[in-house]
Amino acid sequence: MSTSVRSLRRCCHHSALLLLPGRRWSSSSVSPPPLHRRLLLFLAQRYYDVEMLLNWQLQRKRTKIQKKNAYYAYTEHFYGRKIAAAYYVLNMRGGFRFVGQTEWFSSDQRGKFSWDFLNHKDALLEEVNLNYTLINHRGLSNLEGQTCVKTLSLRGCPEVNDWFLAGLHIFRDSLEELDISHCPLITIGGLPALRNLKRLRRLDVSSLPRVANPGLVFILLEEMLPQCHITVAGYDLSLRQGRVNQGPQESERQKGNLRKWRTSG
Amino acid sequence: MLGLGRLGGRLRSNPGWSGSLWTQRNAWRFERLVLCQSLKTVTPLRQDYFRDLEKQLAAMRKKAVDALPGSNWTPLEINPNLPPERADIVIVGGGVVGWSIAYWLKKKERVRGALKVVVVEKDLTYSRASTVLSIGGIRQQFSLPENIHLSLASADFMRNINEHLDVLNEEPVDLQFNQSGYLFLASEDTAHIMEENYRTQRDAGAKVSLLSPTQVKEHFPWMNTEGVALASQGLENEGWFDPWSLLNAFRRKSISMGVVSCHGEVTDFKYTMNVVTTIDDDKLQLRRIQSVKVQMPNSLEYQPVECSIVVNAAGAFSANLVEKLGVGAGTKDAVAGIAVPVEPRKRYVYVVHCPEGPGLDAPLVIDSSGVYFRREGLGGHYITGASPPEAEEPDTSNLEVDHRFFEEKVWPHLANRVPAFERLKVSSAWAGFYDYNTFDQNAIIGLHPLINNMYFATGFSGHGLQHSPAVGRAVAELILDGNFKTLDLSGLGFKRILTQEPMLERNVV
Repeated sequence: MSTSVRSLRRCCHHSALLLLPGRRWSSSSVSPPPLHRRLLLFLAQRYYDVEMLLNWQLQRKRTKIQKKNAYYAYTEHFYGRKIAAAYYVLNMRGGFRFVGQTEWFSSDQRGKFSWDFLNHKDALLEEVNLNYTLINHRGLSNLEGQTCVKTLSLRGCPEVNDWFLAGLHIFRDSLEELDISHCPLITIGGLPALRNLKRLRRLDVSSLPRVANPGLVFILLEEMLPQCHITVAGYDLSLRQGRVNQGPQESERQKGNLRKWRTSG
Repeated sequence: MLGLGRLGGRLRSNPGWSGSLWTQRNAWRFERLVLCQSLKTVTPLRQDYFRDLEKQLAAMRKKAVDALPGSNWTPLEINPNLPPERADIVIVGGGVVGWSIAYWLKKKERVRGALKVVVVEKDLTYSRASTVLSIGGIRQQFSLPENIHLSLASADFMRNINEHLDVLNEEPVDLQFNQSGYLFLASEDTAHIMEENYRTQRDAGAKVSLLSPTQVKEHFPWMNTEGVALASQGLENEGWFDPWSLLNAFRRKSISMGVVSCHGEVTDFKYTMNVVTTIDDDKLQLRRIQSVKVQMPNSLEYQPVECSIVVNAAGAFSANLVEKLGVGAGTKDAVAGIAVPVEPRKRYVYVVHCPEGPGLDAPLVIDSSGVYFRREGLGGHYITGASPPEAEEPDTSNLEVDHRFFEEKVWPHLANRVPAFERLKVSSAWAGFYDYNTFDQNAIIGLHPLINNMYFATGFSGHGLQHSPAVGRAVAELILDGNFKTLDLSGLGFKRILTQEPMLERNVV
C-alpha cells in the first residue's frame, strides 16, 4: 500500500516537473517551450528512439539553413559573381539597391521577385536589407567582392552570431551603416570585431538579449568607434532605481504564488 | 486490549491534550507495540523467524543466479571505477587533445558501439594540465602551412561547435569566443620574415592583413609604435575562448557517445618484442603493446587493460610514457636511441589590473620582444606573459610563479609598447606547462616507428588547445582509415625526427 502511494506520488512529482518550466529556462527571459516540446524532451531522456528522432529533426533543420546559405557557385558560373550575390539576397527574401540607382529590388512575402535585376550585370550593391532572414556566416561568402556596400541591415536575424560579425571585415572599406539590432545570438565576444569597419558611421545595437552589462559594453563600444553614432535602445540601463521599483511587484507575485500553492495543498 | 487501545486513542484525540497529528500517530504505534509485547511474546518472534528465512532464501537464490557463468558477479569486492578489462583504443591523457580524438573516433565509427574507447586521465581536477592553464588563444598567423590549415579547420569546427558537440536536452555549448584577433609586431630585423609568413598565410586561405606603423597608430592610438617596422593583424577566426568549455564540451559529447572515462594513471605496459634486421644489417627491436596497466588514484589497485591501439596524448608528460616501454634509452645515433623530444616547460601567466589600459578594441598583441597581452573581461584586467630565453628555462618540478620574471622581463617591454601599462598592478598569476617539442617546436602526429601500435598527438608547444579539434580528426583518420583524409599532416610525423630534418615554426609565442 505504502509503496504504491509512494510511486503514485513520484508520478505526480514527475508530471509536476513537466508542467513547471525547467531550471534552464527559468533564469532567462525567454518563455519556456510549450508542453508537447517538454514532453518530447522527457521521453527522449527515457528512450533512445525518441532521442534519435529528435536528433534527426534538429539535423534536418540545420541542413535546411545551411542549404539556403550554400555558396551560389552555379549562378556564379553562368552569370558572374555580382549577379550571384544579388540572387542570393533575393532568395533569402531580402532586398537591395544597386549603386547609383534609386529603385529597390526585393522579394515579397512569399519569396517571389522580379528577374529585372539580371539586366544589371556589372552593378554592385550599395544597400542591402536582410532583416529577419536566415543568413549565416556561410552565406556571407556569397557577398564577398561587393566592395560598395554602404548600408547593411540585419535586424532580427536568428543565425547572425559573433563569427558573422567577424566575417563582416569583407566590407571594411565601404560599410557605413550597420543594423544588428534584435539578433538573439550576438554576445560581447563579437562586438570587438566591428573595429575592422573603419568607415562605420551608424550602428544600431538595440535589444541584443545575450549582451550582459549593456551599459558598460556600449560605453566601451563608443570608445572603440569614436566617429560612429551608436543607437542603443531596448535595454534597462538604469542601475538601482529600476530594481527598487520592481521590488514590490516581485513580492506581490511571490505572494500570489504562495496563496495558490496553499489553496492547492 | 482493543478497548484499552480505543480508550487511549480517544484520550489522545482530545485536542487539548495532543500536540499534532504526527505525534499522535507515533504514539499509537508505540502503544500497540507495548501491548503486544506484554500479552503475546512468542508468536511474533516465530513469525519474524520465518519471514527472515524467506528473505534469506531469496537472497541465496539471487546470489546463486549471480554466480552462474554469464554474470559478472565475483566473490571479491570490485572497485566500480576500474576501467574495463578490454578495450579497442586506450587514449592516455584526458586533456582537450585526448577527448577530441575520442570524439572523432566515435564520430567516425560506422556502427554504433563498434569501437570501445577508454580515456585515462590521472588528475580529474586538471591542476597540472596544459589545457586549462593556457590563455586560450587561437590564431592563423603561423609560418608553416600545416599549422595554418590546422587552425583554419579548428576555427571552422568552433564556428559550428553546436552542430558537432551539442548533446540533446543539454545546454548548447558556449565557448565565450572573443573575436578580437591577434596583432603581431615585427621589428626591422624580422619584418622580412613576417612578409614571407603573410604570403604563406594568404595562400593557405587565412584572412590576414599587413599594417604599417602609421596604420597601427591610427587603429590603436594607445600603442607606442617605436621600433615597429611592420605589423600583421588577423581579421577573422582569431581570438580567444574559454579552454574549460571546449574540454568539457568534448568530454560531455564523447561520454554521451559511449566513450569510457577512467580516472587513473598509466604506470606500465605489457608488450611483445620482435627483432628485425634492416638493410644496413642493424638490428631493430619492434614493440607491440598488449595491455596497459592503469593504476587507480590513491590506492595500490590496478587494472590491466588489453587493447589493440594506444594513443599518447599525455601532453607535457608523453615522453615518460615512451620511456616505460624502454624506447629511447640507448645510444643517441642509433634509431633505437632516439627519444621523444617532448618535455614540460613552465610558462608564467600574469593577470594585471590597469583601468586606463586599452579598451574593447585591444587584440591579443604579440610584441617583437615576445611579450604578449590580451584583455580579460571588461573590468580593465589584462593577461600577459612571455617565454623565457632557452638558457633561463625555469625549474619544472612545481608550478610556482616567479614574480621577478614579470618585473625584469615582461613589464619593461609591456610599458614600452603601451605607456598606460606603466601604472598597472599585478592582481594574480599562475603557471602552466607547454608540451615543448625541443626538436622543432611542432606537433608530433602519427605512429612511433619502433612501437607498432602507439599513435602520438603531442609536442604542440603551446598550440595544442587551438589545434585540438583538427588534430583529433586527423588522428582518428590515421587510426580508422589508415592515412590522412582531410588534412595531410604527414609532414608532422615521426619521420622528421629520425632523419633529423626539423620543420621549424617561426611564430612560437
